[in-house]
Order: sequence, then structure tokens, then C-alpha cells
Amino acid sequence: MKKNISILNGRLIDPANGVDRVTDIHIKKGRVLALGEPPRGFEAQPIDAGGLLVCPGLIDLCARLREPGAEHKATIASETAAAASGGITSLVCPPDTDPIIDTPAVAGQIRHKGKKAGFCRLFPQGAQTQGLEGHKLSEMAALRAAGCVAVSNGYRPLASNLVLRRALEYAATFDLLTCVRPEDPSLANQGCAHEGRVADRLGLPGIPDAAETVALATHLALAEQTGARIHFHTLSSARAARMLARAQYIRQPLSADVAIHQLFLSELDISGFDSNAHVRPPLRSDSDRDGLRQALADNVIGAICSDHQPHEADAKAAPFPDTEAGISGLETLLPLTLRLVQEGVLDLSSAIARLTSGPAEILGLPLGRLEPGATADICIFDPKAVRHLERDELLSQGHNTPFHGWELPGRVHYTLLAGRVVYTYQEARDATPPA
Amino acid sequence: MSQAGANLQLDGSGRLLHFLTIEGLPREMLTEILDTAEGFTGVSERTVKKVPLCRGKIVANLFFENSTRTRTTFELAAKRLSADVLNLNISASATSKGETLLDTLRNLEAMHVDMFVVRHASSGTAHFIAQHADPGVGVMNAGDGRHAHPTQAMLDMFTIRRHKGEFAGLRVAIVGDILHSRVARSQILALNTLGVSEVRVIAPRTLLPADTRSLGVHVYHDMQEGVRGVDVIIMLRLQRERMQGALLPSEHEYFRLFGLTEERLALADPQVIVMHPGPINRGVEMDTQVADGGKSVILQQVSYGIAVRMAVISMVIGSQNLRTQR
Repeated sequence: MKKNISILNGRLIDPANGVDRVTDIHIKKGRVLALGEPPRGFEAQPIDAGGLLVCPGLIDLCARLREPGAEHKATIASETAAAASGGITSLVCPPDTDPIIDTPAVAGQIRHKGKKAGFCRLFPQGAQTQGLEGHKLSEMAALRAAGCVAVSNGYRPLASNLVLRRALEYAATFDLLTCVRPEDPSLANQGCAHEGRVADRLGLPGIPDAAETVALATHLALAEQTGARIHFHTLSSARAARMLARAQYIRQPLSADVAIHQLFLSELDISGFDSNAHVRPPLRSDSDRDGLRQALADNVIGAICSDHQPHEADAKAAPFPDTEAGISGLETLLPLTLRLVQEGVLDLSSAIARLTSGPAEILGLPLGRLEPGATADICIFDPKAVRHLERDELLSQGHNTPFHGWELPGRVHYTLLAGRVVYTYQEARDATPPA
Repeated sequence: MSQAGANLQLDGSGRLLHFLTIEGLPREMLTEILDTAEGFTGVSERTVKKVPLCRGKIVANLFFENSTRTRTTFELAAKRLSADVLNLNISASATSKGETLLDTLRNLEAMHVDMFVVRHASSGTAHFIAQHADPGVGVMNAGDGRHAHPTQAMLDMFTIRRHKGEFAGLRVAIVGDILHSRVARSQILALNTLGVSEVRVIAPRTLLPADTRSLGVHVYHDMQEGVRGVDVIIMLRLQRERMQGALLPSEHEYFRLFGLTEERLALADPQVIVMHPGPINRGVEMDTQVADGGKSVILQQVSYGIAVRMAVISMVIGSQNLRTQR
């Protein structure tokens, strides 16, 4: 039997409903019962949110939890706990696990493990093709019935544009969203850094903008042909953002997210061969970063994701080209987004929208909002607290982050999932032995 | 400039702890290397071709890429300094069994070597090893991917200084596959740091990096225009694979457009010198007559290579000694 909870005196920011005011939130049976005045006779456990911000639990559109198949890097239990500490209540998991999410059984297993850990909702992406091999369509209807919110081919290419067209059309039959990270493999040509002046100097094989824009152009053209809904993951170039803006202008049903690290870092951050900054798509130029920030402000890019990719230490302890790409990003998603607000890229409400209502709308899910009747997935945080990020203090099993040593704003105090407290800062602090 | 690179190679007093890349080294350091090498040029002509500077030290050659020429000159340089040399042919053994580079390094450090000379196909390998090496162990980059080959660049600079006296006022042309060349990247950095008047690169677009001019060079696609009036021509080696990768149609067309012939050589300064890091593809990069002709200093480059490597090995071992008070 779930407890009643009243969150008192917090500043509620709920962009989906245009709310930004200090108010109380009353929760019953896992749902928002009322805002402001409680119903008569309502008794609840209070949470004091005085001086804190209250928003819908964050929805992360791209997070790799490494389970099943790569448990030496991370597990559903470890990563969902880390997510909860970062105010994240919903995670979308790409299909490139082992086994791949191309059967209902694997999708079900992941959701079940997520429920068992009890920290987050897990929304698997089903494989677009069987085995992600790019030839035969997966059983998309069955995957959808098993809880997949979208299909994607992970990082792997499809055998041909004909297969891509058919996969888009098949998914469109069920109004199923197709997600893609646009990258043309032949133009990427085994590169590991942005093709530009830093990679030239370091002698690293480069991945040009064109690898992203060529793939994007193909998808845009086929989207126009088929009317399919496509979501583009982790855009990295200003050119791609401009192409997307033009397509959205003529009302194509297209959306995109950007990985939070692309909004702060650039090619300069791989100087000295820092493998913590080895990511895919690569960190591009300063002007790309500025173009992405602009697209985010204009809502051409409607969501910010973590692109969470936890790695064991060995994966990053090698010469740069031989390391695995990816940042462990769940715990820096909210703080870095708040830093965007501090830097004037977005106002606070829009920033929260990119983490809540924006992703929810892209997925077509009734989440990321807190009106009466909505499920009580909630993040309560102190926007004024400053955290000195120490990579070894990350809760994620992966400590691979280039943000080590950064002073970041925002400290989550409580995270609630369906009205149940799944993370408390005070408890976490009490549980850690003093240094 | 990479701050990280500079800090890794130099100690607090600006002494050379590792020799990884020309980047981040001030002109004074490059000049010191050249001057130190000058002092070692006489050693090869003596009866007893040794100086005792590094006696009792162990230098390990860690070559993950095959190379007879570079490995041999490093070995000779170390032996002439009276150091002991270990040749570890890694490509054949541990990594093929799946051992990580870091584990290989740790196992070798347990044998208490004083210096690693490293050649590897991945850019950044020498940096990586220097970052993880025990204090007191020096790392020498013998070529990492496309990134750097600093000892080659320094022996090229030594050759230029020997023949031209000083760097100010010189115009230098580098011809060939700049894109894939660690030698070219190091040469360009060294030439600019030492203050030459102009560095030119001459190549088709497919063999040039994306943002070539940001390296500090003038770009030419026409060989005649590119070599006109230059004081030094450095020819780079063209690898067969470039034809496979759709970068060039044929060696024939490459030679027609970019090969160094007697006619083209005549367009350069009358005192021009012709260099090549070797090995030469005769009839592809240059005519046989040019390779063997009076302007070519290619064989001298090889002999200067030993003196230059003796210089950097002794400097690095000396600095590491100070660091650990051995």
C-alpha cells in the first residue's frame, strides 16, 4: 500500500502545463492528487522542499545499461541507481545489448530487471533488423507489444537504402517511432575524432561532418517519401541541425536530441589524447557546439540526453584510437543542463522541458508532466548547490568522464518513482563513510 | 599547442624527460638537441665508437610496427652511449595473445629498464606510455600512427643546418602524402619552431589533411610552382596502399605530376638540397638521377640520425637521472 506524500513549499516547474510557482504537491496511490490545497482529511508524509525546485522526473532518451551481455561495464541495478541519484526516472535503452533486443523475451527481461531494481522505468528500443544485421526486418509489432517504445539499429548500418525505406514503412504501419544516430560508415572511415584542425595535428583519423549530414539527408528524404516518424539521436554538427530545421519547417514529423557533452566540449578537449573525451559522434568544432546550442534554444532539438556509456577502466586505458568511445553521463545530465541555464543558453523552464516534456512528447508517452492524475515521477533538487565532480564518487559503475574536477550546479535531494521515494540525498550521504 | 603534451615532456626546469613530439618544445630546446648532436658526430669516425655517458643503462626497443632502419639506428645510438639494448619484437608475441598495452608495459617495467623506444600504429601511443611509465623511465617516440616522428624531424633539421648554416630565410617544400605522414607533421612543427621563412606542402588534395593551412604551411597542388626558388626539398615516401584507398589513380600519374625530376629541380634555388626520410621509391617520388645526384643529401641523413638519437637519448636519460637522484 503506497504512502500518501505531500511535497511542501517547493517551486514547481512543470513546462508541459506551463507551471512555474511555489506550491504544494499531494500524492496518493502513486499519482498526483492535487496541487496547492490538499483535499479535506488528506494525511500524508511530508517532504520539505523549501528552497528547492520540483520538476517531473527526468526522461533520458539514450542510456546504455550494458545488461544483458556487458555486465563487466555496468548492470541495470547499478545504472538505474545512478540515474535515480541524478533525478532521472525514465531511461530509453538502445537495442545493442547481448543478446540483442530483437525478441520480446529480451525486451521483457530488461523491463523486468528494471522493475526489480525499482529505481527507474526502462523503455527498451527494439532492434530495427534481426540481429541488428541490417538485412531482415525484426518483428516490430511483437517488440512493441513487449514494451519497446521505438526501433533502432543501434550504431550498425543497414544493408541498403531499400532496406531502410522498408523498415521505415513497416514501422509506420504501427505508428512506431524509428530512432537513428545518423552516420554514414564509409565516410566515417574508421575515424575516431572530428575531421578538423585538432585531429590533423594529432594525426588521428577524422570523421567529417559529411558522415553525419549524408546519413541525415538520406533519412530526411525517405521520411518525406514515406511519412515515417524519425527521431535523430545525438546530433553533433551545426550543419545537421540546420538541415533538420529546414525539414521541420515543412512540417515533417522529425525530432532530435543532443548529448549534453556536445553542448560543452569540443575537439580541443581531445588535446593531449584524453581518452575520456573520446566519444561517437566525435566532439566537433566550437562553431558546431554553438550551432547545437542555438538549435536547442530554438527547439529544433527538442531533447537533451546523456548518451550514457559506462566503461570499465581498461576500455579507456590505451592509446586514443584503441579506446572505446563514450562517457558515463547519467549523473552529470542535470547539473550540466543547469549550467546551460547559467550560461544563458536556455531559461530554466525550457531547460527542464528538454529533459521532461520534450522527451515525453517525442516518445508519445504520458510522462514528464505533473497535473492532477499524472503519475508521480518527481525530481526535487537544489539548483544553488555546487558539486565538485570527482569521477571516483560516481555511483555509476563507469567512471569514464571528462568532467572530473568541474564545479557543477545542482544537487538532487529526492527522486520519486510513481510516488515512491527511490533516492534521498541525506540517506546517501549518511550511508557514505566519512573520508 | 597542447599543454598536456608540453608538460609531459618537460620537467619544471624545462629539461627533456621524454621525447614524444616536437609540439610544445621551445626553439631553445630544439637548438640544444642539434648542438648536442653536433658533439656526437665525431664518435662514429673513431676507432672505439663509444662514449660512456649511458653506461649501465638499459634501453628497450618496443616496436609494434616492423622497422629495420629506425630500430637499428636507435640500437646503434644506444650502444655508442654504452647502454645495453633490449629488442622486444612485440608484434610477434604478447599483444597477439591479447595482452593489453598497459600490461605489456608493466611487465617490462618489472625488469627495470631505463628507457622505452616505442613505435606503434596508433597515434598517441608514446604519450600513453609516458603517462603510465614509472618515474625515472624515459620514453622516446620512434613513430606513432600519423602523429609524430620527432627524431626523424630532428635529424632532418640537423641535415638542413649542416648544409645551410641557419634556418632564418629558408624556404622549404615538403612533397607527398602529408595526410598519412608522421614525419611531415613533425618536420612542419620543427621548421616553424626553428623560424624558417616559409614551409610549403605540395600534394593532391586527397593526400592533404582537412585543414592543412592550420598546420602553418602554404599549400601547392602544382609541383613546378611549389619548388620554384626553394632551398630545401623534402620528398615523402608514397605507399602502395594509397592506390587501394581511392586516394590516387596510379604511381604513374603521381610521378608525372609530383615526381622530382632534373627539370623540376632546376626551378629551385641553385644551392637546393634534396632530402628523403627513406626508403625511396625510385621512379615514383624521384628520378634515379636526382636520388644519386649532387643535390641529394639522403645518405648523410642516415648517418646524422645516429648522432641525433645519441643526443636525445643522453638528454632524456640525464634528465630522468636528475629526477630520481640515481
